[in-house]
Amino acid sequence: MAGLELTLGHYLAVSAALFTIGVFGIFVNRKNIIVILMSIELILLSVNINLVAFSVFNGTIMGQVFAMLVLTVAAAEAAVGLAILVVYFRNRGEIAVEDVNVLRG
Amino acid sequence: MALIAFYILSTIVVLSALFVVAARNPVHSVLWLILAFFTSAGLLVLIGAEFLAMLLVVVYVGAVAVLFLFVVMMLDIDFAELKQGFQNYLVVGVLVALALLAEIGIVAAAATFGGGTTFNANPGAATNAEALSRVLYTDYLLLFQMSGIVLLVAMIGAIVLTLRARPTVKRQNIAQQTGRKRKDAVELKDVRPGQGI
Repeated sequence: MAGLELTLGHYLAVSAALFTIGVFGIFVNRKNIIVILMSIELILLSVNINLVAFSVFNGTIMGQVFAMLVLTVAAAEAAVGLAILVVYFRNRGEIAVEDVNVLRG
Repeated sequence: MALIAFYILSTIVVLSALFVVAARNPVHSVLWLILAFFTSAGLLVLIGAEFLAMLLVVVYVGAVAVLFLFVVMMLDIDFAELKQGFQNYLVVGVLVALALLAEIGIVAAAATFGGGTTFNANPGAATNAEALSRVLYTDYLLLFQMSGIVLLVAMIGAIVLTLRARPTVKRQNIAQQTGRKRKDAVELKDVRPGQGI
């Protein structure tokens, strides 16, 4: 009956798929910084699933505490990133990230 | 039974994550992102990590996704223009994704996960929230407080970044208001009869 119950490997597979999709999203949506930020959220979500899965399947609570901290940082990152985006849009009137190198000498 | 639920939920998670990346309209992307967060909360409930699942719904769906929705709808952007490079980067993206997946597969095949034997979502307590709170305020107190500071700094940073002083908008200046003296406001004029000022 080993193949019929939920194992750690199942969760790791989902997490790996989510992580890969997140990285793929960053590469594909080079111009759209909003979708890039969303892809980063997906990557952090996959990390969270990974941490919680290891925590539960190993019977230690530490992974869940760490997942909470990752959640906090993800929320903070989204807030600051979107604030920067709003300021950039206010100054330039567009959000094409390929033009962000105007400061480059 | 749990396995069937797992397969359904994980399929929804992966598909909605793909739609987040591939959707033409960022508003649709945000809605798919909300679906992904909800279903991954379901995945966590499935293995008994209820507190983290609820936290995922509250923080991600309630705060982060709504923030994304606000920003997407607030900015007046030509979405079609942003999607133009999609075809060009598709090949590179697929290659990178495949390479990453292969690397993860190689590592997963080589590694031996010692776990999987002691399945326990709430060690040393009756419920998941209790197990978390027992360590959160004792062993991990410093980390907990530091994450609060991270949130505070992020909040202040977001406010400072987006705040702007517009000269056309009249604001209440309390210091100026309370510092107002009688001689600044009232002037006595000696008006003679039959003449103006």
